[in-house]
Amino acid sequence: MNFPLPEFITVSAANPWTYVIFGLIGFGFGFALEMSGFGNSKKLAAQFYFTDLTVLKVMFTAIVTAMVLTFGAVGLGILNFSQVWVNPTYLSSGIVGGLIMGVGFIVGGFCPTTSLASASTGKIDGMYFVAGGLVGAFLFGETEKYFDHWYTNSGYFGRVTLDQVFNLPIGVVVLLVVLMALFMFWGAEQLERIFGKKDLTKEPKLRVAGAGILLVFALAVIFIGQPNLEQKYAKLTFTRTETIPQLEGQEPIVNTYTYTADEMLSNRLVFVTPAEAFKAKYNQSMNPVYLDVRSEADYNLYHIEGAVNVSAERIEEVVPVLLSEPPTNTVFIVMSNDETAAVDTWKTLVASTVPNVYILEGGVNNWIAFFGPDDEPLQPNPNPGPDQLAYLFDAALGDRYESCDPNPTEYENLEFEARIKLQLKRDKSGGGCG
Amino acid sequence: MMTTAPATRKSLFNRPERPYVHPYFGGMILGIILFLAILLTGNGLGSSGGTTRLVTFVEDQIAPAHVDRTPYLLKLAGGDKNPLDDWIIPVFFGALLGGFTSGTIFGRTKLETTRGPNVSDRTRWLMAFLGGMIFLYGARMARGCTSGQALTGGTTLAAGSWVIMLCIFASAYAVAYFVRKFWN
Repeated sequence: MNFPLPEFITVSAANPWTYVIFGLIGFGFGFALEMSGFGNSKKLAAQFYFTDLTVLKVMFTAIVTAMVLTFGAVGLGILNFSQVWVNPTYLSSGIVGGLIMGVGFIVGGFCPTTSLASASTGKIDGMYFVAGGLVGAFLFGETEKYFDHWYTNSGYFGRVTLDQVFNLPIGVVVLLVVLMALFMFWGAEQLERIFGKKDLTKEPKLRVAGAGILLVFALAVIFIGQPNLEQKYAKLTFTRTETIPQLEGQEPIVNTYTYTADEMLSNRLVFVTPAEAFKAKYNQSMNPVYLDVRSEADYNLYHIEGAVNVSAERIEEVVPVLLSEPPTNTVFIVMSNDETAAVDTWKTLVASTVPNVYILEGGVNNWIAFFGPDDEPLQPNPNPGPDQLAYLFDAALGDRYESCDPNPTEYENLEFEARIKLQLKRDKSGGGCG
Repeated sequence: MMTTAPATRKSLFNRPERPYVHPYFGGMILGIILFLAILLTGNGLGSSGGTTRLVTFVEDQIAPAHVDRTPYLLKLAGGDKNPLDDWIIPVFFGALLGGFTSGTIFGRTKLETTRGPNVSDRTRWLMAFLGGMIFLYGARMARGCTSGQALTGGTTLAAGSWVIMLCIFASAYAVAYFVRKFWN
């Protein structure tokens, strides 16, 4: 079995069971919250006066339990993490929104879901919170237009997880979070003893055993490890749509195809011609980054103007940087002398979930063949080896040849079949919790 | 400290009121449900998105042209898009039903107001209304609330969700002192 189950990723009227599954998940969610005391605003607010830290205990027990199970399942290959919704990071709106939420929490005594558990069990304050929430959501919808640009762009880092931020294996991060949670539980109990006058000797001994089991699970996650790049690569899928225009007045037919990564390569769908790579620079809808993965020596001999040199062996080191490249319309165009090293780099990058990665068709050699015929100093190399420069250079002039930065007016009209399909951020503005 | 409801109000079906489960046990159950949600559907838990979609649905009935002109609402209900066509809607109503069921089984479903000892019911209602308004505004700003960001994003180790979680706790603790009269 391969989780998550594709038929359950979204609700659809075609499959009514999806409503049942999500309804049951919600049922369990509400049940667990009410059962833990989250229908009672006094119990929730007590968290912030150190007398009863149930909120922290329940929340962090839930997080660490779900976390060890999730990453255990990912490590065992049951769950495909690239199909799991990871809240994209919008640092600015997240910080401001989080600070606002904290105020709402202590003033109102609930958070949105706990207010549901409260209102449904007859608590009038819970009902008022839900009503206020409807107004708050309405106000946001009406005022978002005044800061739409900031809201959608500021501090956008996309799908970033803590292991990428700290550059640690996921298992180690899981263990650290578990250790932090256990320390917080200990601290919370001490606070309850001091501020809440609680007798800790009456606490069940079983909780110590539970902590032990949790630690064993976290260590198991490290031991199992996470899928390596090859395993992730094998599971990748890409979708491409094809629109067939129909006679006037009829809806065009849109076909959607799903390809594996290897099919994308064999169908040449990720190879962009030198013309497209060049035109991308003057296309306002995208921000191309030319990644030159050749040796530094070759790069010094000749490279496209603006290309960044990262040798293919060191590409994994820059993945975190590429992932956090802020503008969402960034397109990475990878090139080597022909295609061999570029294809390997492409595989590494897509397996690491870097979006919008393409390969320069025929590599730098093809670029020179296309733009360089008038470049006098460039002489063909009679027998280049595989993935070697097919031209001879007298001096390492880098990007100071004319063909490194072709004249946009001279090449204004270039014809090519566009391969670049911008994959924009998976913006579920109403998704996640919202 | 547990609130004791006024003795005059009886719980629904007259069931005896039972204590809450131990927080670690409740958290573990919640964690397992969250894990099952991630495993089966790839989505976590959430609710504030449901509130937004319900409001947007009503707006779309009253003023569809206005919805189509407002960028945020356009994404939810533009054209003939139905804002209720989302997984969060069954989760939202499931949570209502789940809370009700647990409260009823354990004898906690009764009409009452949970509040600090020194405020009137009316004050508490006003605060709850204001709090709800502020919270949901912030939740939409942060693209998720304590469930969708803190719980779900915390579990999937989403960097931004951890920042949001810290911000929620930090600002609640910072403001707690100023509203202490309402709770203690």
